[in-house]
Amino acid sequence: MTKKLLFVVRALPYKTEASRLALTHAIASQSVEIYLEDGDLVEATIAFIGDGVLNCHKDQQAMKHYGITPIEGHMKNTLLLDMKVMICKEDLDEFGLTEADLLMDADDIGGEVKAQIVPFGEIAKEMESVDHLLFC
Amino acid sequence: MGKLTIGCFSSLVGSLSLDFAVKLSEAAVKKGHKVDLWVSGNATMLSKKGQKAFKDYSHLEKTVKELFTTGNFQMTACEACAEARGYHKEDTLEGCKRHSMDWYLASTFDADRVLHIGGD
Repeated sequence: MTKKLLFVVRALPYKTEASRLALTHAIASQSVEIYLEDGDLVEATIAFIGDGVLNCHKDQQAMKHYGITPIEGHMKNTLLLDMKVMICKEDLDEFGLTEADLLMDADDIGGEVKAQIVPFGEIAKEMESVDHLLFC
Repeated sequence: MGKLTIGCFSSLVGSLSLDFAVKLSEAAVKKGHKVDLWVSGNATMLSKKGQKAFKDYSHLEKTVKELFTTGNFQMTACEACAEARGYHKEDTLEGCKRHSMDWYLASTFDADRVLHIGGD
C-alpha cells in the first residue's frame, strides 16, 4: 500500500527554516521503508504556493551570503529522485516570475523529471487526492 | 481508538504552536487515542532535558513526561535538527526518541489523522 503526502510550501526561503524542512522531509520519503512492512510506501509530492514560489528561484547565492547550502540544492534532489514538484502559476504571475527565472530541472546532476508550473486548481486537485496534507 | 501524528517545526519559547501541539496531544491521549509527536527544526528544543520553568515562558516538560507514562504517547526529535542546535543524545529528555526525518513519514503511514504545524 502507498500513502500519499503533499507538502504545501507557503513559507519564504531563508526567512525561516520551514521551506527547507519541507523539502528535506519530503526527500526522507525515499528511505521510509526501513520503518514499514514490505510493500508499504509513503510517496511525497511538493507544491509551492504564495510566497513559497520564491523558493524555486534559480541561482540562489545562500552559500556566498550565509555560508549555507541553497534551497535550490534540495529542489534539485527532489527532481533527481523523480518527485513531483508543482509551482503555482498565479502566484508566479503576482511576483512577475516566469519559467526562465526558476529552477525547473536537475539535468546537470542526472535528473529526468521537471518541475511543473500549474494553475492553483491543479494543486487543489492534488490536495484532494492525497491522504495527508502538510503545510509549511 | 485512532492514531494522531503531529509534526511541529515551531519553537518551544517564542511561539505557542508547540504548546498547542502538546495540549492537543494531551486531549487526544485522554480520549484514548495514540499520539506520535514529531519535533523538528526549532521544535526540537522541546526534547532537551533540564528545562527550567519560568512563569513568563512556556514550560511543557512536565506535561510531556506525564504523557510518556500513559504509554499512548511518543515524542521523537529530528536528530539532525538537534545536533545542528548543539545538543546531543545525552541531552535528550528521558523517554524522548531521536530519529531521522523518515521516522516521521513512516508514522504518517498508519495515522488516522496528520496535523503538521510547519511554521515558526
